[in-house]
Amino acid sequence: MQKASVKSGATVSMSPDKASGKHSGKNQGKDKEGATATITLSGSLNATGVAEVWQKVEKKLKGLTGTAHLVIDLQRVDYLDSAGAALVEFIRTTWKQKTDQEVSLLGLEPSFKRVLDLTERSRDSDGEGKDPEPKYSFVETRGKNFAVRMENTATFIAHVGKITSAMVYAFFHPSSIRWKDALLTAERAGVNALPIVALISFIVGLVMAFQSAMPMKMFGAEIYVANLIGIAMVRELGPLMTAIILAGRSGSAFAAEIGTMKINEEIDALATMGIDPVRFLMVPRILAAVFITPLLTIFANFVGIMGGSIVLLSMGYPAVTYYSQVVSFVTWGDFMGGLIKCFVFGILIAASGCIRGIETKSGPGAVGTSTTSAVVTGITLIAVFDGIFSVLYYCLGV
Amino acid sequence: MENRIKDDPIIEVKNLTAGYGDFILFDNISLHVNRGEIFAILGTSGCGKSTLMKLMTGLIKPKKGSIQIQGKELAGARLDQRIEILRQIGVAFQSGALFGSMTILENVKLPLEEFSNLPEKAMDAIARTKLSLVGLGENEDFMPDALSGGMKKRAALARAMALDPAIVFLDEPSAGLDPVTSAELDNLIKALAQALDITFVIVTHELASIFSIADRVVMLDKSTRGIIATGAPMELKHDRTNPLVYNFFNRIA
Repeated sequence: MQKASVKSGATVSMSPDKASGKHSGKNQGKDKEGATATITLSGSLNATGVAEVWQKVEKKLKGLTGTAHLVIDLQRVDYLDSAGAALVEFIRTTWKQKTDQEVSLLGLEPSFKRVLDLTERSRDSDGEGKDPEPKYSFVETRGKNFAVRMENTATFIAHVGKITSAMVYAFFHPSSIRWKDALLTAERAGVNALPIVALISFIVGLVMAFQSAMPMKMFGAEIYVANLIGIAMVRELGPLMTAIILAGRSGSAFAAEIGTMKINEEIDALATMGIDPVRFLMVPRILAAVFITPLLTIFANFVGIMGGSIVLLSMGYPAVTYYSQVVSFVTWGDFMGGLIKCFVFGILIAASGCIRGIETKSGPGAVGTSTTSAVVTGITLIAVFDGIFSVLYYCLGV
Repeated sequence: MENRIKDDPIIEVKNLTAGYGDFILFDNISLHVNRGEIFAILGTSGCGKSTLMKLMTGLIKPKKGSIQIQGKELAGARLDQRIEILRQIGVAFQSGALFGSMTILENVKLPLEEFSNLPEKAMDAIARTKLSLVGLGENEDFMPDALSGGMKKRAALARAMALDPAIVFLDEPSAGLDPVTSAELDNLIKALAQALDITFVIVTHELASIFSIADRVVMLDKSTRGIIATGAPMELKHDRTNPLVYNFFNRIA
């Protein structure tokens, strides 16, 4: 029966009460003061049927002015479930808000009444003991949002302080470090990242060499492509590309791991054991990142320079010429300058991943939010600190 | 009262007020747990049972009031004092909260690694003993993912007992378990309390478990934001003084 009803769908019509006899078809919805109007529902009032008539009912209710009494005629309804009950409830509450009058139900079968009574009881019990939602003005809402942002910033700064303190403690008490975890993290974040670092660096070196070789060839200066690739990779692109890859690959992984642990109450378990989660979870990850970022950067520099060599080799220059050109132009200062940046980038990537992880809230999307936030924070900090290093090196003449 | 229970409060909560933000969950409550007791915290959903456990295990701070564990104040303790107090307690969370990257033996060994100078072999032996106590001696190399719900709870209980704490807190130990596994866990808790003189504080609303194991209960109520009953569960079941308490213990809606 239910299936047949679904096919037939539901309909709604509205008419003035026959008994009142005051309205014609033209003035439906504009009933005179003190008159009675009827909303007639028919067919199957399940989710499908209600979806068909809901907007029509809403429109008709809006159009009703000056009517004293509203009747919902359910005589031709052949099925009503909780969706139908929601529609009846909607009409009731809308009418109550509009006119402060109750709605009458006509042709209510006992089976429909049971559904309506159950819905009403559930709604009443849901509302018990609940304070009404406070309404805030625009200024109050902005103020509250600002306060939340400030609170989040304060929490972030507090975590930075805790990490700094834990790192200093670890420096003076190396036995307190969970070296096994640090090495495992170094393997996952470092060794396993070699293929992607190699691919990106090789392509960056190759493309940069190719794009610069063409215009430089016009001046017979294509051999200086080696200088360009060497200095760009060692000073800037090697550290920067490696750091961005690590932020996307490992920073996000740190946030996801720690965030999942937080949701699974594992962080609480650590805290109740008296184990500091910062020392236990963050310090090994930060140490791993600090060790692997420079190593990966050296690897990226090498592969990037190799990528550039392909272009010059294809132009007929021997490999030894390219190599001599790079080695003679790139100084130890350039090389060390790049490596120092990497240490800082490593700390930034791991710390932002860990902090965003530990800040994970509850809910199904929380780990995803933390992961995204870790990558965005990591890359933003890398860009900002790269700028700071550029200015600093310029001032120092490096 | 069984002879394992001493008339000596091991936990004392005085005038405790707690909540989240502006919301007060319970106001000015006081209770105590005697040494050796199996003490249950009861109440309907949302009344603050788990929050009370988090307060007593130092995971959150109260708005005001005092929590003393073995006579030492937890609420305002310095970090070193706090760690000292926390070493006297073990906590088994509802989900188990086992570290997913470690086997259950490594999970149980972790507190020993952190807080003892025992040689590796001794730590392994102690961890194996704890696992055997909860019936998981054969599963020490299992990863948490490979365990059933009941096994996870037992492994969490073994980890909570790793440092031989005086008090073990259990959050919803029977939740999500079939009646047989739940009864087995109840029997295990009773046996451990009897054999090892451990005080158990259990957050639950499983009536079968409460009647089976709890020596004394405290019932929280969200409408009054306080404690509405304290006493032995069977006494409260027949006490008609407070309809909320009577209805709860007799499953009357």
